[in-house]
Amino acid sequence: MPAVNQIEAPFIETLKEILSPDRVLTSAEDIVPYSFDGTAALKQRPGAVVFPLTAEEVSECVKLARRNNVPVVTRGSGTGLSGGSVPLSGCLVICLVKMDKLIEVDEKNLTLRAQSGVITKEIDDAAAKVGLFYPPDPGSMKISTIGGNVAENSGGLRGLKYGVTRDYVMGIEVVLPDGTLTFLGNKCVKDVAGYSMKDLFIGSEGTLGIITEVILKVLPRPKARKTMLALYDSMDAAAKSISAIIAAKIIPCTLEFLDRVTVQCVEDYAKIGLPTDVEALVLMETDGHPVVVEEEAAQMMALAKANGAHDVRAAADEAEGAKLAAARRNAFSALARVRPTTILEDVTVPRSELATMVAFIDSVAKKHQLQIGTFGHLGDGNLHPTFLTNERDHEEMHRIEVALEEIVEETIRLGGTVTGEHGVGLAKKAFLKRQLGEGSFELMRSIKQALDPQGLLNPGKIFDPRN
Amino acid sequence: MPSANLLQSLDYSVLQQCMHCGMCLPTCPTYMETKLERNSPRGRISLMRAVADGELEVTKALSDEMYYCLGCLACQTACPAGVNYAELFETARAEVEQAQVNDGMQRGFWRWLSLNVIFMRPWLLRLIGRVLRIYQSTGLEKLMRKVHFFGLMPPSLKKLEPQTPQIAAHFSDDLILPDEVPQVSKGYRVGLLTGCIQDLAFSNINRDTADVLLANGCEVITPRSQSCCGSLHAHNGELELARELARRQIDSFDLDELDAVITNAGGCGSHLKTYGHLLHDDPFYAAKAKQWDSKVKDIHEWLVQIRFRKPTAGAGVGEVTYHESCHLCHGQKVVSQPRQILNSIPGLVFKELPESNWCCGSAGIYNITQPEQSQKLLDRKVANLRQAGAPVVATSNPGCHLQIANGLRSCGSHPCHEVTQPVTLLAQAYRAESVSESAS
Repeated sequence: MPAVNQIEAPFIETLKEILSPDRVLTSAEDIVPYSFDGTAALKQRPGAVVFPLTAEEVSECVKLARRNNVPVVTRGSGTGLSGGSVPLSGCLVICLVKMDKLIEVDEKNLTLRAQSGVITKEIDDAAAKVGLFYPPDPGSMKISTIGGNVAENSGGLRGLKYGVTRDYVMGIEVVLPDGTLTFLGNKCVKDVAGYSMKDLFIGSEGTLGIITEVILKVLPRPKARKTMLALYDSMDAAAKSISAIIAAKIIPCTLEFLDRVTVQCVEDYAKIGLPTDVEALVLMETDGHPVVVEEEAAQMMALAKANGAHDVRAAADEAEGAKLAAARRNAFSALARVRPTTILEDVTVPRSELATMVAFIDSVAKKHQLQIGTFGHLGDGNLHPTFLTNERDHEEMHRIEVALEEIVEETIRLGGTVTGEHGVGLAKKAFLKRQLGEGSFELMRSIKQALDPQGLLNPGKIFDPRN
Repeated sequence: MPSANLLQSLDYSVLQQCMHCGMCLPTCPTYMETKLERNSPRGRISLMRAVADGELEVTKALSDEMYYCLGCLACQTACPAGVNYAELFETARAEVEQAQVNDGMQRGFWRWLSLNVIFMRPWLLRLIGRVLRIYQSTGLEKLMRKVHFFGLMPPSLKKLEPQTPQIAAHFSDDLILPDEVPQVSKGYRVGLLTGCIQDLAFSNINRDTADVLLANGCEVITPRSQSCCGSLHAHNGELELARELARRQIDSFDLDELDAVITNAGGCGSHLKTYGHLLHDDPFYAAKAKQWDSKVKDIHEWLVQIRFRKPTAGAGVGEVTYHESCHLCHGQKVVSQPRQILNSIPGLVFKELPESNWCCGSAGIYNITQPEQSQKLLDRKVANLRQAGAPVVATSNPGCHLQIANGLRSCGSHPCHEVTQPVTLLAQAYRAESVSESAS
């Protein structure tokens, strides 16, 4: 890694001049809480944390860091699950949570414009007020920032029907590694003027630039939604049901599953009356026009039964829907309570390989005597094998490393990806080259080298720089 | 005697349980105010963990942070991993007190006077209550205000003076007999906790509680001159005093003879239910404390558990909204029961309060120690009450009751003009039954 400098006193003084003294944190009590994000077992104390209010202030901070050769890590609410916003020791952290202005909801163009620090849920709430809809719903949407979502290209539960964050980004304002402030994209549905530069920055995990503002696409809000729950004796049967539903030309908005271990943990924790001998619990939802929703729901239930579901229930209304969704909603909480450390993975395979992958994870858990609960998105093949462990048990942590290695190997063999929605960050770095192959991996590094020759923006994330 | 660092001797897995996912952030009133991580639950836990790991000294700044926390426990409701924040927060406050990083002469004196002297001695607390009552009822208070006596006090104290609770004419022991038997017994026998502030300012609510218990076939045993439950001490870093008070409470009830011990104050109840943990390594009390925990019930929780009788008469109120005491909803997870009680009253129209479970800023003695942040939360609560539009708000904790009443009083015109409690409304409804019966 190229040599970088630590933060020194004059640097802090200049930061205080650019911003204001109360928006520059340096004391231990202030900055220890910025040593981590939502990823287990990763921690590094930064040198200073700053809170700009405008893109111009971000630009000034980046220029100063560049002059002093100080690395910069950008963060929002710090809910990431791959270590993408974990600081480098002694670096400058630019925290964007105070850039939280929702600038415009444009009903004529179906767009929404916001500063990066706006909370994801507030984006959808603002859209909902005028009958519109912002579909991406990552698990942390009540506190994650939209800038973080764009930088990580976050997913959510509605991937199959509605896609992911990238599908809703029409424009971004970005501060480049040299401090240049630029806008990429616009409100036009059609735009082929040159390279689609905004797409380069979506999912770039803060390594190419700092996103300060976004223009998002929004949709008309679906008028109706129906929730259903199906229980299966085998994962294969659950997967077959899903294939049958999709073959019947139905695209449900939610197709979520819990494996046996997860169902047992949920029942232990929430006591909602689930049978604990099922191999798979599937939560299904369809949304849209009320008449279509009714028709699709009936069809989905019939297909689930025809393909081996031994118990299928539909909710009569929203309140009952919430009850059925309780198992899925409690899945992560229930798993997280079992042991002190919870490691959430997000390997993803083509949908057709999902049952194979779940069975494989199960066998790996048995082989290495580990507790792994798997849940996730049946519709898009995105799995969340969750390791329940204790980071202080080094021997068990080692077994997890070996198990994860085997899971990654199988994922790649099945044509999958090491991360469906959490990003590479630090957590998946070791596996990236194996998945991408030499050509694609080197192309990425060339782009990083071209945009950020000093290697100051979130260095060491996704991949190590070239020597 | 130098003692071990309390955070270092804490079971590390309690700290480790926090996976710093951030789900607590949007529910934390202090984080939402400042958007600074140190003012959030996971930020504070990271500081505690840094102390436990020996990476951070116990400093004045750390102490300030621990006292900036409201202790509202909204984070415990939001936490997917079930972190026991209450235990962490109490241990951290005890640690900063033990390290004496915060000691000024004045702070030390007031802490000693209130925590070690007044709230440890039920007779003294009540004596002070009686004197205050005389002061308030003889017109002396009005006179002092008239001559601007309080203009001589420092501004922070001057601001608090009007918040002094109105002391009741009679305390609980005058209103409730040691053993009251219902007209029609259902075979239940329960103990009643009368509290300290509750007893001084709201003894009528204790009477109401006894009445609704009697109306539901419970024999009510009320020991005399009860002590403070110790929540004040535990939340302010005095765990030893809290243990002493817990032992006294346990001794004042014959647990084997009781089906439940009833509390009607959210803040007390939340603490009362953790005696088991507080005394877990006390050789004489550990088992008793465990039994105690299993018997302590919030009044609403108990009423719903025994399938309380729906009143046939109304309570003389129309629209009523409900503010949730933090330690009732987040601390004890008693959420639906007070609503069920309100909804059972004929003629009462229940209206939800926006952000009903967001702290009102009372938070024990937080309104005294952090008046500025407390006022911001009170303003937010008053604004939400305005939006709800109901003329009556019910709550079930003396701190919330006083705080909201003060907030409404100081804002001139407001649609909401009465603060009451669900048990009071239920008691009124039961009483109205006998009136309408005798009239017919």
